[in-house]
Amino acid sequence: MRLLRIVPDDTKFDFMRFRRISFPISALASIAAIALYFFIGLNFGIDFKGGTLLEVRSLSGPADLAKMRASLTSLDLGDVQLQQFGGPTDVLIRIAEQPGGDAAQQAAVQKVRAALGEGIDYRRVEVVGPRVSNELLSYGVIGLGLAIFGILIYLWFRFEWQFALGAMLANVHDLVLTLGFMALFQIDFDITSIAALLTILGYSLNDTVVIYDRIREMLRRYKRMPMPDMLNASINSTLSRSIITHVTTSLALLALYMFGGTAIHSFAATMLFGVVLVGTYTSIFIAAPILIYLGVGYGREHGKGDDAETKARP
Amino acid sequence: MFYYTRWKAAAIVLSAFVVCMFAFPNLLPEKTVESWPKWAQRHIVLGLDLQGGSHILLEVDSNFVRREQVENVRDDVRRVLREARIGYTGLVVRGNTVEVRIRENASIEPALVKLRELSQPLGGILAGSTQRNIDVSADGNLIRLTVNEAAIQDRIRQSVEQSIQIIERRVNELGTVEPLIQRQGADRVLVQVPGLQDPTRLKELLGRTAKLDFRMVDSSISPEQAVQGRVSAESEVLYSSTAPKTPYVIERRVLVSGSELTDAQPGFDQRTNEPIVSFRFNSAGARRFAQATQENVGRPFAIVLDNEVISAPVIREPIIGGSGQISGSFTVQSANDLAILLRAGALPAPLTIMEERTVGPGLGQDSIESGKMASYIGAALVVIFMIATYGLFGVFANIAVAINVCMIFGVLSLLNATLTLPGIAGIVLTVGIAVDSNVLIYERIREEVRAGRTAINAIDAGFSRALSTILDSNITTFIAAAVLFYIGTGPVRGFAVTLGIGILTTVFTAFTVTRLIVATWVRWRRPKHVPI
Repeated sequence: MRLLRIVPDDTKFDFMRFRRISFPISALASIAAIALYFFIGLNFGIDFKGGTLLEVRSLSGPADLAKMRASLTSLDLGDVQLQQFGGPTDVLIRIAEQPGGDAAQQAAVQKVRAALGEGIDYRRVEVVGPRVSNELLSYGVIGLGLAIFGILIYLWFRFEWQFALGAMLANVHDLVLTLGFMALFQIDFDITSIAALLTILGYSLNDTVVIYDRIREMLRRYKRMPMPDMLNASINSTLSRSIITHVTTSLALLALYMFGGTAIHSFAATMLFGVVLVGTYTSIFIAAPILIYLGVGYGREHGKGDDAETKARP
Repeated sequence: MFYYTRWKAAAIVLSAFVVCMFAFPNLLPEKTVESWPKWAQRHIVLGLDLQGGSHILLEVDSNFVRREQVENVRDDVRRVLREARIGYTGLVVRGNTVEVRIRENASIEPALVKLRELSQPLGGILAGSTQRNIDVSADGNLIRLTVNEAAIQDRIRQSVEQSIQIIERRVNELGTVEPLIQRQGADRVLVQVPGLQDPTRLKELLGRTAKLDFRMVDSSISPEQAVQGRVSAESEVLYSSTAPKTPYVIERRVLVSGSELTDAQPGFDQRTNEPIVSFRFNSAGARRFAQATQENVGRPFAIVLDNEVISAPVIREPIIGGSGQISGSFTVQSANDLAILLRAGALPAPLTIMEERTVGPGLGQDSIESGKMASYIGAALVVIFMIATYGLFGVFANIAVAINVCMIFGVLSLLNATLTLPGIAGIVLTVGIAVDSNVLIYERIREEVRAGRTAINAIDAGFSRALSTILDSNITTFIAAAVLFYIGTGPVRGFAVTLGIGILTTVFTAFTVTRLIVATWVRWRRPKHVPI
């Protein structure tokens, strides 16, 4: 049987040449993501915003959205959103947080149940009071910070500080882009999204660490090789692995995205974007070349790429 | 070097096998497993998002506990000063402090002596603590009694513990399987009830304090006058529990309280056939009730539940048997609920629902189906891809991943862990990632072959060089999973658990199982070249 070779054995692709393109692209994309974050904003789910979410199924054929909307709007509960969800019988109802503390949220659910009447199956009811939502949000933010810090410390132990810093910069950039993606597509941002972000962080770093491991090995073995050449060689020699692993990961995530049901749809979508699209790109085009700027291999011969840079300067 | 001794190989196979076997009880019907010894009964618990059920986070109203504690001190002060016949004015509560002014300077010293007696050692007399619960100080004729923070925290802790017991009793009345009731933080209680179709009843049962008192109706003043605010300090205006809300003037003094009930059962009134709740007092309660009814024949008394008057019948004759019945426009359901609440006892403080997440059984079943579907398809895709890429070594990788997944389920069972839908996603993701360790090894072997090593040398070098990378790259993800476990609750924590366990088993299989398989193959075939 002839085996699949995604990357030919003697691939020598000059990745370092792209750093003059990839860095500005990443900078622009990050700015765009931050702009999206500020101008469109994240679509905070009830975990962080408080309020009520009901997933209901009409037992008597397709749900009459207009009628439901009319009867719910008349309850005077502030912002009420209805949305077809999955099949035609299923409706997702979101009710903004009610003023008046935890008890008021429960009262709102009672009103909704009364207004929708019989013939409704309540598949899911989630009510998050104002204090819990504040706590969840701070836990989420603290968690992300803690994870970034913990990984930074670990990498610092295992590698030199430049590697740790480079990996962190590259992967915080991943998180920023993923947040931009979530703002752009208005994906519900809830505690599951924090899980997705942390996983993205973990796996993007996984990828980066594999390349860094190789760079470290090459640094020891080839004392005189110019930095850009060495980075190129490292990336090329791990390229096949990077691509194969990303194929298997995306296959698993695609299966989750397409068949995993509505409950983890956005979770899988976010991870597909973060792990597969951004993570791979970052490891190769950002995390590796950034080492040059952080002064790894300082004092080595300048590579071809750097010569070109010197010449280009006036 | 690359070969394994028999013992080592056996140890690897055995440990993988044992861990996998812990997953076995999950495949059998519950009835079969029940007859096994306890240690073998460990199994995976389905999360509420998969089996349906309610997750309710309650908060014990600690402000209520605080206020009540200070008000009790105020009432004690009033009683003590009255009994000692010491004149006072301006008895007020300010925050945690009760203030009172003594009228005559000569009485200040005796008042202080009496009031200091109110202060008790913290944690009861037996606790041997030198700290007391009330600090008493005098400033001229103004005496301040401050309930200190330690005493309040102590009382809050007790209230939460007591609440948990009462919640347990109430939830158990619902007859559901394996409800979980757990303290969270200082003043919160988490209630998880699996398989509950509709949490409304549960919430009703939890939402009521169920403080039942038998008190006398104050006939010295009409309710109309009392509503206008001319009620004495010994009485208060309470309203009826049913509409229209009629006011009653009720004495504050409690004849007998609900805590002295030994039993309460729903039933029907033999004459009117209305639903009622019949109850029975313990002996002390029965004696007090008999005495009170004897003294007050012809006067109305009130049955007060959570500061609402359920009924206010006139005492026609002394009730000495220690049992009675409450009627008050109940439905069958509400009589039943009241009986449950009275049997379970009153909550020391009201509970507030801070968070509720309920998944119906229909959605849970759908989630299980889609979770399975995604797992099978994801696994199938990865398996096919690995064989297409690495051929025989791909098969090795797939065997290792299969063992890996079995081990994940084994560890989950061993920990009695909860499997949630995101948890299933974590396993699917692990399948995608677990092959990464194989990919790292195989790619390294390919490189070593290219560098001119012989097949066996290349395989050996490939393994030993890839392993440090595998460790490094997995630890970063493990840190993320650990943080997620720490901050997450419910489904998200389930994801962190499977992800974390998946990483551990992945590293284990990469270091042992995969290596053993390849080593066995090398020994058997003595390959001249590596088929990858």
